[in-house]
Amino acid sequence: MSRPKDAMNRLRDPEALSFWQRTYVPEILRGLKLTAAHFFRNLLIHIFHLAGLWKDRRGAETVQYPEEVRGYSPRLRSLHRLTKRDDGSPRCVACMMCETICPARCIYIVATEHPDPNIEKRPASFDIDLGKCVFCGFCVEVCPEDAIRMDTHILNFAAYSRQEMVWDINRLLSNEPQRVEGIGEIRKVK
Amino acid sequence: MLEWAVAAGKVAFSLFVLLNFVMVLTWAERKQSALMQDRIGANRASILGFTLLGLFHPIADAIKMVTKEDFVPQGASRALHTLAPFIALFFALISFAVIPLGDELAVGGCTISLQVIDLNVGILYVFAAMSLGVYGFVLAGWASGNNFSLLGALRASSQMISYEITIGATVVGLIMVFGTASLQTLVRRQGDLLLGFLPGWGVFYQPLGFLLFTTAAMAETKRAPFDLPEGESEIIGYFTEYSGIKFGMFLMTDFTETVVMAGLVVTLFFGGWQFPYLQPDGFHFPGAAVVSISPLAVSIAQVMTFLVKLAVFCWLFLLVRWTFPRFRYDQLMRLGWQMMLPLSILNVLVTGALLLLLHR
Ligand code: SF4
Ligand code: SF4
Repeated sequence: MSRPKDAMNRLRDPEALSFWQRTYVPEILRGLKLTAAHFFRNLLIHIFHLAGLWKDRRGAETVQYPEEVRGYSPRLRSLHRLTKRDDGSPRCVACMMCETICPARCIYIVATEHPDPNIEKRPASFDIDLGKCVFCGFCVEVCPEDAIRMDTHILNFAAYSRQEMVWDINRLLSNEPQRVEGIGEIRKVK
Repeated sequence: MLEWAVAAGKVAFSLFVLLNFVMVLTWAERKQSALMQDRIGANRASILGFTLLGLFHPIADAIKMVTKEDFVPQGASRALHTLAPFIALFFALISFAVIPLGDELAVGGCTISLQVIDLNVGILYVFAAMSLGVYGFVLAGWASGNNFSLLGALRASSQMISYEITIGATVVGLIMVFGTASLQTLVRRQGDLLLGFLPGWGVFYQPLGFLLFTTAAMAETKRAPFDLPEGESEIIGYFTEYSGIKFGMFLMTDFTETVVMAGLVVTLFFGGWQFPYLQPDGFHFPGAAVVSISPLAVSIAQVMTFLVKLAVFCWLFLLVRWTFPRFRYDQLMRLGWQMMLPLSILNVLVTGALLLLLHR
């Protein structure tokens, strides 16, 4: 609803308002009309939904999160995963770049020698404490081997203890990338 | 003996109506505000997987309130701190007693008035109960041992007292028109037709009085846009130091007051249980057409009419509550004392003058 410009100016200057406007009654009625219109429109849509009609119109903007999710953007930084070589071993060479840059200091790597003489090192253990992680994505950017990524689109990894929030190398390796589809679209889950 | 049983029955029925309205209102508030704001609202509480549009939330709320810790701050007066919510809720509940739910019901040879008690000063009784209820809020602020709560209580009492004056003054016009302060008689007199076809409801005699009364009634219920006494999180109200069921009682007081005020508006200005053209023996339409129905059906229709009107006004109060932003305190006082009070006195004068002219 756009309002003529001079009406806007008159609102700022109470002296210029007419008596009727200064009683606030017209604006009160306009406000009530607006909210009541929303109320009845949404009520009608919900009633039609109950009858199985008008399914394409939403009666509310709410996304009912666990049951409905929106398609995430490819830029979204979600739970980490460690990428694998063709033989399934981690690509990570334990260069410690990510551990060094991590502003939250939540990556803990123990390096060990790699059996292949062409590869210098491999991680003996690789833990990320997600309770501390700030999801800045620096670890992904800094990695020279493209060994760590944050494209799993997993967001609900909350746990009941701090220990469970620490993801070790096996859990990180088992995460799979998520295909990006329908960015922003609301989908029912299951 | 029978009298006592009837009296107890009436109290029980009246409380049943009131408390159920209060409970459903807590649900309606959440759902209605959600619809108005394109949201969904509370819909998760479920029993065996049934959510019933979130209707279990009032029950869940009640369980939560009862099981929460009942905290009394250090330095608070324990007895008064506990007493305050009881006072507030008690006076809110008893003020519903004089609101008629229907006309007389004739069963088995005796007539029962569908109203807990028909005082000939019914309106004054409601005002008295409301004024006494203020003690609950003042005590709550005073006994909390918290200066902010005390300030909240002062805001609450000054606001309620200011607006009670307007309420009292607007009702004077109505009493002059109908010549009674008993709510039951008032409703009966609203059954007459105005100009032969309009239902003779108070709002047609006192349109300005209706506007003023409704506004002041909203201020009395201490809900937005008049919720300065509470201002839950920002300006700190009188029940800051309350938790658990005592806090719940204050919330309930608010909702009860909303229902009572809606009931008062309906009774005073919208013909209470009067269904248009429905007389004790059936419908009397303006064109002299008469449709007669049994007295029992008439009684049921009257109670239903009252409940529907009550629901409509509760809806309206919620609509207002979720539409407008809060007043600033000086605006609130200016509205009450400089606009509404003079207007209500003017209303009385004009009503008096008109009555004098018409009756001569
Ligand atoms: S996202 Fe940031 S905080 Fe989290 S592990 Fe990577 S570098 Fe550390
Ligand atoms: S930066 Fe990459 S290769 Fe280096 S330790 Fe981290 S994950 Fe491994």
